[in-house]
Parts: sequence; C-alpha cells; structure tokens
Amino acid sequence: MSPFSASLPVTSTRNRAPRRFGVDVLDLARWQFAIVTVYHFIFVPLTIGLAPLVAIMQTAWVRTGNDRWLKLTKFFGKLLLINFALGVVTGIVQEFQFGMTWSEYSRFVGDVFGAPLAMEALAAFFIESTFLGLWIFGWDKLPKKLHLAMIWLVAIAVNLSAFFILAANSWMQHPVGTTIAQRGDTTRAEMTSIGDVLTNSTLWAAFPHTVTAAFVTAGTFVTAICAWWMVRLMRSGKAADATIARDVYRPGLRFGAIVILIAGVGLALTGDVQAKLMFQQQPMKMASAEALCETENGAAFSILSIGDLNNDCEGVTRVLSLPGLTSFLADGTFDSTIKGVNDLQADYTAKYTDSAAGGEQISYIPNLALTYWSFRLMIGLGAGSALLGVAALWMTRKGRVTDSILLSRLGLVALPMIFVASSFGWIFTEIGRQPWVVAPNPTGVDGVWLLTARGVSPIAPGLVLTSMIAFTIVYSVLAVVWYRLMHRYTIEGAPLQVEDVSPERIGGTPGGAESDDSPLSFAY
Amino acid sequence: MDLAIVWFVLIAVLWTGYLVLEGFDFGVGMLVPILGRNDKERRVLINTIGPVWDGNEVWLLTAGGATFAAFPEWYATLFSGFYLPLLLILLALIVRGVCFEYRGKIKDPGWAAWCDRGIIAGSWIPAILWGVAFANLVRGVELDANHTYVGGFWALLNPFALLGGVVTLLLFLLHGSVFLALKTDGELRARANTLAGRLAVAAIVAAGAWAVWAQLAFSVPWTWAAVVVAAGALIGVWLANAKGREGWAFLFSAVAIVAAVVLIFGSMYPDVMPAFNPENSLTISNASSSDYTLKIMTWVAVALTPVVLIYQGWTYWVFRKRISTAHIPEPIGLSMKPEGSVTHV
Repeated sequence: MSPFSASLPVTSTRNRAPRRFGVDVLDLARWQFAIVTVYHFIFVPLTIGLAPLVAIMQTAWVRTGNDRWLKLTKFFGKLLLINFALGVVTGIVQEFQFGMTWSEYSRFVGDVFGAPLAMEALAAFFIESTFLGLWIFGWDKLPKKLHLAMIWLVAIAVNLSAFFILAANSWMQHPVGTTIAQRGDTTRAEMTSIGDVLTNSTLWAAFPHTVTAAFVTAGTFVTAICAWWMVRLMRSGKAADATIARDVYRPGLRFGAIVILIAGVGLALTGDVQAKLMFQQQPMKMASAEALCETENGAAFSILSIGDLNNDCEGVTRVLSLPGLTSFLADGTFDSTIKGVNDLQADYTAKYTDSAAGGEQISYIPNLALTYWSFRLMIGLGAGSALLGVAALWMTRKGRVTDSILLSRLGLVALPMIFVASSFGWIFTEIGRQPWVVAPNPTGVDGVWLLTARGVSPIAPGLVLTSMIAFTIVYSVLAVVWYRLMHRYTIEGAPLQVEDVSPERIGGTPGGAESDDSPLSFAY
Repeated sequence: MDLAIVWFVLIAVLWTGYLVLEGFDFGVGMLVPILGRNDKERRVLINTIGPVWDGNEVWLLTAGGATFAAFPEWYATLFSGFYLPLLLILLALIVRGVCFEYRGKIKDPGWAAWCDRGIIAGSWIPAILWGVAFANLVRGVELDANHTYVGGFWALLNPFALLGGVVTLLLFLLHGSVFLALKTDGELRARANTLAGRLAVAAIVAAGAWAVWAQLAFSVPWTWAAVVVAAGALIGVWLANAKGREGWAFLFSAVAIVAAVVLIFGSMYPDVMPAFNPENSLTISNASSSDYTLKIMTWVAVALTPVVLIYQGWTYWVFRKRISTAHIPEPIGLSMKPEGSVTHV
C-alpha cells in the first residue's frame, strides 16, 4: 500500500458532497468522449500512415524523375488532404474536451498530463499545419527538393504528434514519474520526472503499435485502391488502359502491399509486447480480454465465446479455444497461472475500496463483453489486410498485372475492416481500463489513481447532452461529405498527365516576382 | 522570478499570437460575402489565407494545451464553466476549417455556396464569442469555493461582455480588411481599403467605450497605457489606410489587438479568473502547476517558440505576393458526378 493511500480523500481533488448529477453526467460525458474520440481516430491512422507514404512516393519522383511517382503522389496526396482536414478539425475538440467535460480529471492530472499535450501542440501541430500549407500551395514556389522536405516534415510531425498524445494516454494507463501531492485543500498528481513520463514502458509499447497500425492502414488504403484500379483497367480491354495499370497502379499496389507486410509484422510483434506488459500493468484488462473469470493455469485463448452480455461471469460459455495461448500471450509459457477477474476483483477491493472509492463497494471489472469482443475484433479484422498484402504481391509477382475481381473485392473488404480494427483497438484499451481513468500502477509508482466517476465535470447533464447531440449531428454530416469526397477522388483515379511546375523547371524565382500576373499553379 | 508569473505572461503571448493571426483570417472569412461579389473574387479572398489559416489556428491549441499544463485549475474551470460558448466556438471552427479545405474540391456553384456559408458562420461566431469570453474574464465570474463556475450560461451574456463581443468582431473585421488591402490587388484592394476606413472609425468608438468601461469598473491604473496604445494604433490604422500605406495599417491593427490582450491580462493579474467573491478567485499561484512542471515547460517553450516564429514567418514570406483575380486559375475541383460512366467491379 502506498503511504499516501490512507490520507487520500474520497474525491480526487477535494472533499465534496456527492454530486447531484453524478451518474447522468458521467454516462453522458463518457458517451460524448467515446463518440468524438473514436470519430477522430477514423481519420488519424490514415493520416499518420499515408503522409509518410506520399512523402516516399514524392521522393521516388524527385530521385528517379519517373512521372508514375508524381501521378501517385498527386493522387494519394489529394486523398491525404481530404482526410487530413477532418483529422485536424476534430482534433481541436480533443484539446478542449478534458476541461469541458472532465474538469475534475483535469485538475487532478494537469500537472503531468498537460505537459505532453502542450508539447504536442508546440512541437508537432505547428509543424504539420504550417508545412502542409507550404506543400499544398508551394509546388511552383519552392525548389523541388525543398518542396519535398515540406511533406517529410508533415510526415514526421504527425508521427511526433502520435508520440506525445500516446505519452499522455500511456500515463493514464500506467502512471510513472509522478507522485501524489497535497496543495492547499487539493490533492493532485504532480510530475516528478518528465524523463520517466516520456520513457514509460507503456508508451514505448503503445507508440510503435499505434504507428505500425497506422502504416498497415495506409498500406491497405494504397493497395486496395491500386488493386481496384488495376483490375478495372485490365478489364476495359483497351491497350492504353493496360499500360496505365502496369505503369502506374502496379508499382503503387506493390509499394502498398510491402508496407502492409513490413508494418504488419511490426504490428504483431509490438502487440505481443504490449499484451505482455498489460498482463503486468493492468491484469484486470487482460483477464477481461479473455473473459477469464476464474484463475487458471495454462489459460486458454478462446476464439469464440457466447455470453449473455450481462457483463458477469455466469453468462460466459466458451465454444472454441486454443489451450494455453492466453498464458503464452502473458509471459511466453503455456502453463503459467493467469488470475481471473473474480480473484482480481477481491484483490482490488482489498486494496482500493477505502483509498480510492471512499469505502464504497464497486466493481473493478470493465464491461466484459465489450472488452472481450473489441480485443478479438481488433486482431481479427486486421487480418484482412495481411491477406490483401500477400495476395497483391503474389498476383503481381514477376512483372504480372492482374484482372482478378477476387483481388479488388478483397481490397474493398479489407479497407473498411482495418479502420474498424483500429477503432476496436482503442475501444479495448480505454474500456478495459475502466472503472479507472488513471489506472493504478502495480509495478512502480503506487498511489496515483483516479476513478473515472471522480473525473467528470460538475455541470448540468443537459449541457453535455446538448453538446453530444450537436457533435453527433455535425460529425455525421461531415462523415458523409468525407466519404463522398474520398470516393469521388478515388474513382477519378491518378492523373493521366502531370507537369513538373517547380521553379527551377519553369524558370521562375522562388516566391515569384511582384509583377508576375500568370495564374497560380494551385489555388482553392 | 516566479515561474508561474512567467507562464501567465507566456499564455498571454500565445493568445496574442492566436488573436493577431487568426484575427485577420476570421476577418477574411467574415468578409467573404461582403467584399467578394463573385466566385472568383471570393476565391481570391480565401486564397490570401489558404496556406496559413491552419497554422494560425494552432496558436489556439497551444494556448489551450499550455493552460492545461501550466494552470490546470484555470483550464478546468474556464472550459467547464464557459461550456456552451466554447462548444459554439469549437463547432464553428470545425465547420469553417472543413469548408476552407473542401470548397475547391468540387466544381459546383451549390457546393461553393454551402462552403461559403460555413466559412461565414464559422468566422462570425468565434469572432464575437472570443470577445464575450474575454470580457467576462475581465469583469469576473461567479466561482464557488471549489473554483467551479456556478454562474450559468445567461450570466455570461451581460452588457459588458456583449460589448466585448462587438469589440473583437470589429477589431477582427478591421484587421481582416487591412490584411486584404495588403494582400489583394485591383478592385478588391480598393474595396478593402474603403471598408477598412469605415471599420476603423467604428472600432475606435466601440473599443474606446469598452476599454474606458473596463478601466473604470474592473481594471487597474497601469493598463490605461494599453488603452492609450490601442487608441493610438487604431487612429494609426485609419491614417495609414487613408494614405494607402497598407503595411503600416496592418501593423497598427495588429498592435491594437496586442494592446487589447495586454489590457485583458493586465486587468486580471494576479488572478487568472477573478471571482465575484475575491476569496474564490483563481489566482496565478493557486491555479498553477508545480515548479518542476513549469520549469520543464519553460525549457520547451523557450526552445521551440522562436523556431515556430521563424518558420511561420518564412511561410508568410513565401506567400508574400498579392493575389488578384488574374492569379486565380480555373477551378480544379471535380464535378459532383463522374463524367462518363465508371464501372464498379
């Protein structure tokens, strides 16, 4: 037990009467957070992965001078921009919603959690927004290599952004570099080491896992779209179309497929590392992922279970399972002992009921059905991409092109699946952490924790309901617009002709002369 | 020197960066229907800020993130307390940003018209609401002993705050019109110039009235200096604009916004969120983070902010050319429906 635990007040930050609106606001605030965050994360993985892929395509063009790479850069660049816009604007909400609906959480964690957020804005958001503008509008204004550097800066910055936000999230999963401090009548978490926060083992498992997932997403995107186009062109029966399929889409497809496979291996390995870490750091999350109610030796991994969704252990029936696999996922041996949620509940009750829950008997078990299924959907839906990558490379081996509808259909199935898989990865991580918003750290700093219920703002439920409805309406409209634009630009295909408009080619001066009245090469 | 005070100043600097930079692109967005009489003219207006608006908006995210890191209590109370105005601002910024980016993607008059509506609403709403929010910070708000805002939504719409909304609206319209006079050419430039002259007069009257009210009712003596600077700068905008010195006019309108931020933050000091009952006020010392966190964040800010200023400055240099209708290429957006049939496999 932590030396602080005994003195930790009921609420995170101060002694307060139970809130009038507690339950309602909590549910609404959780729903709102889920809606805006899952929505934001539809666009984010594609941006994180696709920005570097477009940068590589443009690099290939600058180095080889082969127009095919400029065509692919322009094609996927436009799709990247359509997607980027929604990632940016929905990201604004992320920056402020902690204060809006999670003010008590913010008061408790701000000293630690605010730092990576501020760093993300200063170090990453400024770079990505500024240099993206230069990339979009700068084709005829910047020398070719400098213009190339712009997209690379964007690609690096979006990944840096992922690092900082995952540093913040990892601290909620596994608080390090922190201590509980009393300040006036306020108890809060304070940072003791930024080094510890930025070298958190959870972060260094989550960051590569998230980034490789983003690359698999972008690789799937490129492969699926190139496959669709290749098959379509090969089936048109025109020799000119077949040339385009061979010359433009085949290299694009193989590039995307290789990205899927390399990143996919990384994704699986980092997922394994992360799972092993989670067995130590958040055993309840991993036991719930398996719906493992009772402690078992050589725990199996079930592929299919039937539950009554009552979120209790009685309703779980395993239909198909792989013996020993859960134990193997936990520590690499097939016969180790994995604690079940019932034993863990007893442990947590003994440890936290007085200190964190104010003596109240609460369940420390997350929603079992959601945790169990989101874990499986994350893994299972990601497998479609691997299949696509292997099929795409095989069907285009040794200079081949293909007109196989099987491949284009596989792409159209794998593409939405990988987005859903990413979403379920986060749903699993966040739901599995409940009822904590800051999960206790059993392997290091002890004493810094916060129940989600204690983090919500003391505001009227009507406010949160209003914003939840408003966000849902606006986001739904934007989702339709985004989808239609992505679809419209995808079926337009890569440009047939591209022109090098760099200043050294067209003989202008960087920035252009004041008297130059010729139209801009690009304008909104 | 107390690092918490340094951070109070730094956050004022971040808000200054935000309001000066996004101030003119709010102005441009609001003026789209007023100065742009046809699609090509509207595109000229939008393209003056096309490459930079997003970078400008990051100053807001940085101000928000820095407030969270340096003054968690302030961040928590401010954004949970000003919930509805902030929600409206966020929705406006979302719609506006998407409309900037998507307007040119589809070649269709109806599409452009919808995007224009989004740009217009998305620029007017925050231009007013930021003034309402900051005026309430100057005036003070109702906080309980736990530093929770308990005043409700309607209390935020008091006359002083509403006048504050009018002030930021006029300042941003003025800032946007002098920016457009500086960045466009031909007829648009002339129109922007004429409008800026009128807006300067309106801004002097409204901002003057609000500033004197703030000084007499809520502020401290030394911020009279900011009022004098703002007044001088606004008169400077009018004079420079009348003489066609567009660079100076823009500089003066930027100075007026800086002076307004100095007045706002100067009047709050040493509070970050003054309460009607002073015992409940959030102050620089009771709202701030630990010294350790502030020290780390100071290093980060000192190392990175100058770099940001350099590359953002470079962007403005790269896109320094004036834009006229002659520079606007034919729309490159796609038609709403594909031309020719696309067979889906």
